[in-house]
Amino acid sequence: MPVKNDRVPFTKAMKKDYTVLIPMMLPIHFEMMKNVLQNEGYRVELLQNTGPSVVETGLKYVQNDTCYPALLVIGQMIDALNSGRYDVERTALIITQTGGGCRASNYIHLLRKALKKAGYGGVPVISLNPAGLERNPGFRLTLSMLHKFIAAAIYGDLMMLLQNQTRPYEAQPGAAQALVSRWTASLSAGFNRGVGYRRREIDENLRKICRDFAALPLLPLRKVKVGVVGEIYVKYSALANNGLENFLTEEEGCEVRVPGLMGFLFYCCDNRLEDARLYGSHRFTAWLTGFLLRYFERMERSLIGAVRENTPFEAPMTFYEMKDAVKGVIGYGTKMGEGWLLTGEMVELIRQGVQNVVCTQPFGCLPNHISGKGMIRRLRNLYPESNIVPIDYDPGATRVNQENRIKLMLAMARERMEQEHPEREGEAVSVAEAVPAR
Amino acid sequence: MRIGLDIGSTTMKCVVLDGDGTVVYRAYERHYSEITKKASDMLGAIDREVLRGAPASLVISGSAGMGLAESCGIPFVQEVYATRVAVRELAPWADVVIELGGEDAKILFMDRTAEVRMNGSCAGGTGAFIDQMASLLKVTPDEMNGLAANSRRLYTIASRCGVFAKSDVQPLINQGAHREDIAASILSAVVNQTIAGLAQGRKIEGNVLYLGGPLTFLSQLRASFDRALGLTGVCPENSLYFVALGAACSGREEEPLAEAAKRLSAYRGEGRASTLPPLFCSEEEYLEFVERHEKSRVRRGALDVSKPVYLGVDAGSTTIKMAVIDGEKRLVCSDYQSNNGSPVLMVRRFLTDLYERYPDIRIASAAVTGYGEELIKNAFGMDDGLVETMAHFTAAREFMPEVDFVIDIGGQDIKCFKIKNGVIENIFLNEACSSGCGSFLQTFAGALGYKTEDFARLGLFGDAPVELGSRCTVFMNSSVKQAQKDGASIENISAGLSVSVVKNALYKVIRVSSKESLGRNIVVQGGTFYNDAVLRAFEKEMGCEAVRPDIAGLMGAYGAALHALSKGREKSTILGPQELRDFTHEERETQCGLCSNHCRLTVNTFGGGKKYISGNKCERPIKGKNAGEDGNLYAEKRRYLKALMEKEPPRNPRARIGLPLGLSLYEMAPFWQAFFETLGFETVFSGFADRETYLLGQGTIPSDTVCFPAKLMHGQVQRLLDRGVDAVFCPCMTYNFDEKKGDNHFNCPVVAYYPEVLSANIDWGDTLFIADYIDVNRKRHFTGKMTEILRRYFPGLSAREVKGAVEAAFAAQRRYREEMLRRGDEIIQRARARGRPIVVLAGRPYHIDPEVSHGIDKLIASFGAAVVSEDAVADRVKPFATSVLNQWTYHARMYAAARYVGDFPDMQLVQLISFGCGVDAITTDEVREILESKGKICTQIKIDEITNLGAVRIRLRSLFAATEHKEGSLCR
Repeated sequence: MPVKNDRVPFTKAMKKDYTVLIPMMLPIHFEMMKNVLQNEGYRVELLQNTGPSVVETGLKYVQNDTCYPALLVIGQMIDALNSGRYDVERTALIITQTGGGCRASNYIHLLRKALKKAGYGGVPVISLNPAGLERNPGFRLTLSMLHKFIAAAIYGDLMMLLQNQTRPYEAQPGAAQALVSRWTASLSAGFNRGVGYRRREIDENLRKICRDFAALPLLPLRKVKVGVVGEIYVKYSALANNGLENFLTEEEGCEVRVPGLMGFLFYCCDNRLEDARLYGSHRFTAWLTGFLLRYFERMERSLIGAVRENTPFEAPMTFYEMKDAVKGVIGYGTKMGEGWLLTGEMVELIRQGVQNVVCTQPFGCLPNHISGKGMIRRLRNLYPESNIVPIDYDPGATRVNQENRIKLMLAMARERMEQEHPEREGEAVSVAEAVPAR
Repeated sequence: MRIGLDIGSTTMKCVVLDGDGTVVYRAYERHYSEITKKASDMLGAIDREVLRGAPASLVISGSAGMGLAESCGIPFVQEVYATRVAVRELAPWADVVIELGGEDAKILFMDRTAEVRMNGSCAGGTGAFIDQMASLLKVTPDEMNGLAANSRRLYTIASRCGVFAKSDVQPLINQGAHREDIAASILSAVVNQTIAGLAQGRKIEGNVLYLGGPLTFLSQLRASFDRALGLTGVCPENSLYFVALGAACSGREEEPLAEAAKRLSAYRGEGRASTLPPLFCSEEEYLEFVERHEKSRVRRGALDVSKPVYLGVDAGSTTIKMAVIDGEKRLVCSDYQSNNGSPVLMVRRFLTDLYERYPDIRIASAAVTGYGEELIKNAFGMDDGLVETMAHFTAAREFMPEVDFVIDIGGQDIKCFKIKNGVIENIFLNEACSSGCGSFLQTFAGALGYKTEDFARLGLFGDAPVELGSRCTVFMNSSVKQAQKDGASIENISAGLSVSVVKNALYKVIRVSSKESLGRNIVVQGGTFYNDAVLRAFEKEMGCEAVRPDIAGLMGAYGAALHALSKGREKSTILGPQELRDFTHEERETQCGLCSNHCRLTVNTFGGGKKYISGNKCERPIKGKNAGEDGNLYAEKRRYLKALMEKEPPRNPRARIGLPLGLSLYEMAPFWQAFFETLGFETVFSGFADRETYLLGQGTIPSDTVCFPAKLMHGQVQRLLDRGVDAVFCPCMTYNFDEKKGDNHFNCPVVAYYPEVLSANIDWGDTLFIADYIDVNRKRHFTGKMTEILRRYFPGLSAREVKGAVEAAFAAQRRYREEMLRRGDEIIQRARARGRPIVVLAGRPYHIDPEVSHGIDKLIASFGAAVVSEDAVADRVKPFATSVLNQWTYHARMYAAARYVGDFPDMQLVQLISFGCGVDAITTDEVREILESKGKICTQIKIDEITNLGAVRIRLRSLFAATEHKEGSLCR
């Protein structure tokens, strides 16, 4: 039986003069995705409101034991509606809906419940999903949009990857960030003109971005490398993880590695094939996802190729290399939440020499009990040099506690680095080793 | 010279090392959160007395020193790392280090892997935990250590966090358990928590080093660790100072110490903490507030011995309150005392005093309420007992007849109820997780060196109260720590704590979203509301004016007295002056042998051969062997499974297959039993869980916040391994049976994939673990898959054989299901015929386990209600639309059951929720919505490893009382 059908639809008339609010997660990716929507004729705004009032609002309208990401996303949206900056009669919200056995599939319903409670029952909520759940006459996810979204994800992943490997070493502070901003703006402008998402254009842009980053003057420093994995929202959103990336790069002087968004998209599609393989279900969806996966693979090849050919930086593993690397650690059937992908990302990082990992999760996140905390012991047995710290995030957890645990992990990391390379951290090393090696 | 300064959560430690690494100076002090002052004083003293102006290196460590050090340009090392450095220098022979601090517990493995573990943010503190527990026992931690030395036996105390433990310890105190035993049990709880929470599957062996305050000061804690680990650990010299020593050892650059001290004392915090508007903007505002609340006064009178009076007693968890009223409901005499761990003694003292002052007093009726209700009622021959919620409601109505909301914050719990048309419409009680609000303020005041009243008063005029969040009190602890670090004043911390107590009640317990939803006429009561700061915070948060009776803390007793008055008795059965003089009270402890719970009972014997038994989880020891078993579908299910597990094994089995009874295997036990039996395997079940099961497996649990049923799996598997089975079977199941009730038929992530965790964290030795991914909904595919899986290990099996076994399995599952449906139906019909209320105890199938549900089913049955499980009625409603995605098989049954119950006045639904269950965060709201749309009370009980049923009892009794009340008022 379906969910109660009393939702407010997003009509064609609304498309013209309603402002659609998007919750923030990944600044680079989402900025470009916003522009994709704008280009399609929607009036959209990416929410930038943070601070304690977001959490407060979330706590007020969402069951407090619900996972932190839901609380924050919903808190951010209602806080924005409360702010008076938007005409609530002419505002709509958009949220992704993934489906699957994790409670995250319920975000949209929790959001609607919360809106009703807060007195915004009339605000339409658009479900963004590729599966055709919840149709809205005024919003259609077209093939060209999907195309552009994937292009935005690829560009975003590349810039995140390169920024992470350059920012800690930049000779001119802020240079990497400036490069990201410049490229985001120019790519978005391209999207508006309808260029930048064809295969050839993507390849060309990826190359150019790589060359630009490779040309950044970098200092020969040795830094501790730290990977960040975990539940997708907490991993990426600075609002949720108390500015983890900043803390690691700015305050602790580390190089941070965060796996890209494409891995998650890959994983979502691949799950359908695994389901078919494990339980013998629908052939047709399997065929369709196979098509999507091949498309993703092509994109992935372009990205990795661009990095390898044009920069000295480290490229990620391909999705299937990673999938292969995690074999025997956890079953591919673990598909709720981040599922085996989370373990896979840890394995990828460790194998690439980033043994220090912060595994982030919302307090009480069920899939993470399995594929995060549940796998650390096995990873330690397989990779004795791994140094993983699980950190819980929720409205009550304080920075002191979180940072203290991370500092412990870093102290161990530094000790190891000193043992392996007696030069002191942060000190210059010979120029040959200067740039993080491939 | 090298100096190490360790700034912990409650204490500050400092050492000075000379050139040879000898300790030439050391200091240990509590800092009462005046960190910068204490630190610069301490360094100043060292500069004058030890260094005499010579330069030295200084390194800071400790959780409260983080940030502070960096801002003052002083090097910082993380505290666990500092310990590691020190151990390498001073005790290189150590293999494992166990260090307990004020709020942290740590284990370090010193081998090459250098694993270090700290407690998660949920595990609370250990030093603080011990302090808190000691203050419950009204002793110092040292005295508690002395007590523990003379213990004879141990009680089970949940040790996950102080709040849980408290709700285990308080009832023990109230039941009169020996303090020696409680003390030892508390220490053993700390040990269990450390091992379970931190070892995470790694064995603690070799040379063990004990460090930190608690392990240095408490010999019994060390002894307890020794016993649990089966070795003798060493507590070295300077065991308090290892962090400071490690910090000192890390020192590199020297500078004049006076400089550093100066920078420290100039540090004013970063002002990172977010703040709230002040509670009162001006003195006038405060006076006006005081004046307004002065008006809510109870009518008082003088005690006239010629007229009958009515006595009400409220025996709470930490306090005892007594009220005497006359026929006009005027309060003529009252008392409010801490119960000092012995409520019987306190009531006796009060009565003796009353009889001495008024020898001719005529008590016409007496009623008692609160945690100690039964004990006091039995001891003193009181006429009536009533559940606390009803007592409070009765009293509140006296102050405000049109009251539509009552909120009571007591020492240990929060009770709120909504009233509609003169009956209680909904009750909110805090779960064990957020309880302890009133006493939290008290404990905190104590920790900072203040009396509770003084501490609260400080908060009234804090100019910028600190925002501390609205979560569990343990979390608040670290929020306070952060605020202190950021330089918040004591006034603003106090005000912030008051606001937190209120927010906790509003947003965590009641889950209020707007003030309108509470109603307009609010009465606040309970001792905590005497605190003007809390009251003001409540009014500000809700934007309303509430009524606080001047007897806010006495309301339970006053309500009980009103209840006594309403009974219209002439003469109470309460003990008279002579009987009271002859009153004796003896306690004897024994273990109940009537079921597998093996409750430790306290048998109270009073003069005249009266007896009262406490400590029991069910009514068996009082009402006889079969109490709670009749008309209880949970018990029926257990009987069915028991018979299944005791089935004769086949002769010459192919192999012995172990099935851990838990999670998805609970409901499918008949399925897998039949499946393997048909194939000629012997099935070995781990059996129902008990406390031992949990302890057996606790060392291999990787996540301390996963739900309790999942944690039990570790013990269940261990049991099977101990029995030497050839293989353990526990499949991963993304999908459960498709019962066509919702949008999908998933298992929750934990039920679905926990076998992965078991596989990765348990030492399997040579035992096979079969944990493949299967789906039982496509029979053909399933048969093929099972054949493939089994033939990997048993190549002799044929596809045909497996096909037959699959058929047998489905048949067995169907039989079980049909049998239980039939039994459920019988129970419902029988209850209806006898006019008994029916409770649908809605949980997951594994909640029938006695260790998981802690006998709640039997408790309900002992109240005279029939108990059925959610699946007994779930099929009786057609699929319907829910307002959340209905995608989990087990949870869809709960929604359906709630929907069904709504249509029957003689049915109630009680939902069992697992602590830490993320899925339940969604289902609780939905079940509530479904029930409330039909005007039903929604009762939700959060269960964990916690064993105290006191709060559950109140909830259930309130439910029954409110239902009766409701029906009564409908008849009128």
